[in-house]
Amino acid sequence: MFRLVAQEAEHVVEAGSGGIWAQYAGIMLVLPFVAFILIILFGKRMKRQGAELAIAAMAINLAWATVLFFLNMTEGVLHTEQVEVARIGLFDGNPLVFELGWVVDGLSVMMYWIVAFVGLMVFIYAVGYMQGDVRVTFFFAALSLFAGSMLVLVGAPNFIQLIVGWEGVGLASYLLIGHYWEAKENSNAAMKAFYTNRLADVGLTLGTIIVGFTIGSFRFEDLSRASEEGMPALAAVAVIAGFLLFFGAMGKSAQFPLHIWLPDAMAGPTPVSALMHAATMVTAGIYLMARTFPLYQNLAQEARPWMIGIGAVTLFGMGLLALVVDDIKRVLAYSTVSQLGYMMTAVAAGGYTAGLFHLFTHAFFKALLFLGAGAVIHAVHSNNMSDMGGLRKYMPKTFTTFVIGALALAGILPFAGFWSKDEILVTLGDEGYRGVMWIAVAGAFVTAFYMTRVIALTFFGEYRGHGHPHEAPAIMTNPLVALAIPSVIAGIANIPGVTLGSLRNFSEWLGVREVVMGDHHAESMDLSTAAVGLGVALAGIVVGWLIFSRDAETQKARDRLEIPLLYPLLRAKYYLDHVALGLVATLKGPVAKVVNWTNQYVIDGIVNGAGAVAMLLSRFVYGGIDQRGIDGLVHGVTMVTDSAGGALRRLQTGRIQQYAAGVVTGLVLLVVGVGLFVVIN
Amino acid sequence: MLVEWLQQPENWVFLVVGLVVLVSAFRVVTSQNVVHAALFLVATLAGTAALFLLLSAEFVAWVLVLVYIGAVIVLFLFGIMITRAPTGREVALDHTRKSFAVVVSAALFVVMAWASVEGFGTQPLIDVGQGTSTAVVGEALLGRFVVPFEVVSFVLLAALIGGITLARRDLTPLEEEERGTV
Amino acid sequence: MILNQFLLLAALLFSLGVYGLLARRNAVMILLAIELMLAGVNINLIAFEAAIRTQLAVGQIFAVFVITVAAAEVGIGLAIVLMIFRNRRSANVDELNLMKW
Repeated sequence: MFRLVAQEAEHVVEAGSGGIWAQYAGIMLVLPFVAFILIILFGKRMKRQGAELAIAAMAINLAWATVLFFLNMTEGVLHTEQVEVARIGLFDGNPLVFELGWVVDGLSVMMYWIVAFVGLMVFIYAVGYMQGDVRVTFFFAALSLFAGSMLVLVGAPNFIQLIVGWEGVGLASYLLIGHYWEAKENSNAAMKAFYTNRLADVGLTLGTIIVGFTIGSFRFEDLSRASEEGMPALAAVAVIAGFLLFFGAMGKSAQFPLHIWLPDAMAGPTPVSALMHAATMVTAGIYLMARTFPLYQNLAQEARPWMIGIGAVTLFGMGLLALVVDDIKRVLAYSTVSQLGYMMTAVAAGGYTAGLFHLFTHAFFKALLFLGAGAVIHAVHSNNMSDMGGLRKYMPKTFTTFVIGALALAGILPFAGFWSKDEILVTLGDEGYRGVMWIAVAGAFVTAFYMTRVIALTFFGEYRGHGHPHEAPAIMTNPLVALAIPSVIAGIANIPGVTLGSLRNFSEWLGVREVVMGDHHAESMDLSTAAVGLGVALAGIVVGWLIFSRDAETQKARDRLEIPLLYPLLRAKYYLDHVALGLVATLKGPVAKVVNWTNQYVIDGIVNGAGAVAMLLSRFVYGGIDQRGIDGLVHGVTMVTDSAGGALRRLQTGRIQQYAAGVVTGLVLLVVGVGLFVVIN
Repeated sequence: MLVEWLQQPENWVFLVVGLVVLVSAFRVVTSQNVVHAALFLVATLAGTAALFLLLSAEFVAWVLVLVYIGAVIVLFLFGIMITRAPTGREVALDHTRKSFAVVVSAALFVVMAWASVEGFGTQPLIDVGQGTSTAVVGEALLGRFVVPFEVVSFVLLAALIGGITLARRDLTPLEEEERGTV
Repeated sequence: MILNQFLLLAALLFSLGVYGLLARRNAVMILLAIELMLAGVNINLIAFEAAIRTQLAVGQIFAVFVITVAAAEVGIGLAIVLMIFRNRRSANVDELNLMKW
């Protein structure tokens, strides 16, 4: 085997400060929210119902992100701004500080650019796709909200802001999945997504709390530093915190078994699926793992095998599910879940660069695939591949770009997916997870297999539908072309052993960060793994083509591999939905009862008790203090006046001589008194 | 000191007149007969007039005789006669407990006496033998003190009218009808 | 003659008048006592005039006024006593106690 050099590399990457671009990068986070408000206020009156505002905001963000990207490519840019918004004093003296701000380093710059670029493409596409839709303004408002929240998430310098962004994208996801809420299954899908994410957020929140309290700060850089230095207090809780944070990531990034929401989320409009459920939102979990990477590398190593295992199951099991579905978007959804499994496995195995590089390339070709599917759906007015066929004649541009995306996904040289998948395989092998590596290889076969199926059923053969398919308008095909370009060339960024002149490569981009940490990336090409990966992918294409390219009337006939046990199991999605539903149904009764009891007796008890105390207090104040005390005082004054008056009036006897006597006596006393006073002095 | 004082003839006269005044005054306030008291007051006032002459205030002395003895006492006698009960000798004119009055008046006298002795010592009087010309008094009264003079005349007028009004016998309703007045 | 002899005499008169004012029960007797007091005052005024010898004989003028006012006062006082006597058939001041508590 030709195995050339590949090793752990820990090297410090120099970085500049990024000038005003980094200093004011917070504008990128704020602009989409401004657009959101403006669209809500003015959208309906505008020519394109507010889409202009969303696109404008996104375009500005893209320009800014591109500048940052280039700065990072050439000289590196590292800058963090944080301002304190709240402070909680704790008993042991160190207060917990809540801060908001933004971070500009290699990882976040990459994410900014992905969000801005894919976002802009999707927004432009959506203008054409959503034409004539019943709620265009709200759609773009929610999209802007999503974009803003995603940027807040990836720009977060600390856990708190991350959670803010996390919830924000969850909300936007709910709003957008349920866009066509008039049909019940769509609103159900939105709820399912929200519930599943919320369940996972328990883990995220608990993990954050544990980490925050242990190291006394919520900042990522503090966590990285503490992990790198091996802080004992952190080491004690690292595993449990690591599991909890991973649980949170599982929800957002649809790892088995919390993946159940993602296929149903395809009920939303296709642009939403492209942006959120392919390129950006679902990668938030991977991003979290990347941010907390030092924790897993140094202190929480016990968690990693579990993470890898779950990632592997996701990777392979979900890929299989893509083989049996008729809905083109669902295929892509399962594909996304599977690729997320790849990313999670890579990161968990220590492949920081590998996982994130796959995230980078996947964003482009998966968004491309979804948008292409959207164009197809737009043309045939149906999601099901049984209504499609032979569309390459009618939609050449869509066909071309879709094939490019599929080849990239399958991992065919020289497309982007090949390089990122190869990196993952190499990383797994080098870190010693050979079994998982072979699972990933098998997964590559499955990926190529189902993508070939999709292309065969959609674009080849005869058209099986009833409509008049046509090419999508330019406003939709141009973004497809735009996304196809990076799907082809993005691989250049990280070819092992190849440098791009004065520009840095991908791992060096990522290397720009606050706290230096260990990272694995291939120094040069591992040809054996590359050959295996490529060969397997090509094999998948060939097999798929052989099986699916031949025309057939029914889906059943096309699914020539009707493996008895496997296919029903796959069709039923491993019965996971049934399990989940059963669990919720069973727990609902007792949980509701407990909650009700708590509410009635504990919470209401506290409230009623407070009320009773208040009543008692007021009664005392009224009776004791007011009635007796103050009124007593007032009455006392009147009584004194009364009795004094009663006593003194007896002086008025009516007898003049007594008055005269009084006068004279008084005079005498006065004079004597004054005289004495004078004499004494 | 006292010897020198006694050697002046005015002081002899003063002593005699003073004695008369004091005795009469005493009898005024202790007499059980109202008429006697009034008459003793006449004596007191006469003595006072004599003292004024001693002090060469002739005009005032004769005014006192004229007004006081001539009119006021007469008025008093009239009032006494009207207010006397027809049964003749009346009940006691004094309060039963007089001790308080004695104490008070005694105290008053002590205070006043002490004040004047302390204040004036043996300050002599000036040129008493010269007399005061009535012209001077008249000029002052109608010159510098003309306003009080007029005011006092108003007071007298008011007293006059008031006295008439107060002392007028209220007519009984029968008598009013008879006389045709209301 | 010294000033104090007259002042002492006047003080004595005044005190006797006060005694009469406080001790007598008959209204007329009280008026008589008041006259005594006024006489004492007059002596005082004249004596001071003799001691100081003002240009306008102020003391004597004052005494004249006192006498005049005393006359007016006696007139009114007796009129009132008369009315009371008419109403109550008695000049006893002890009975004049309606203006009390």
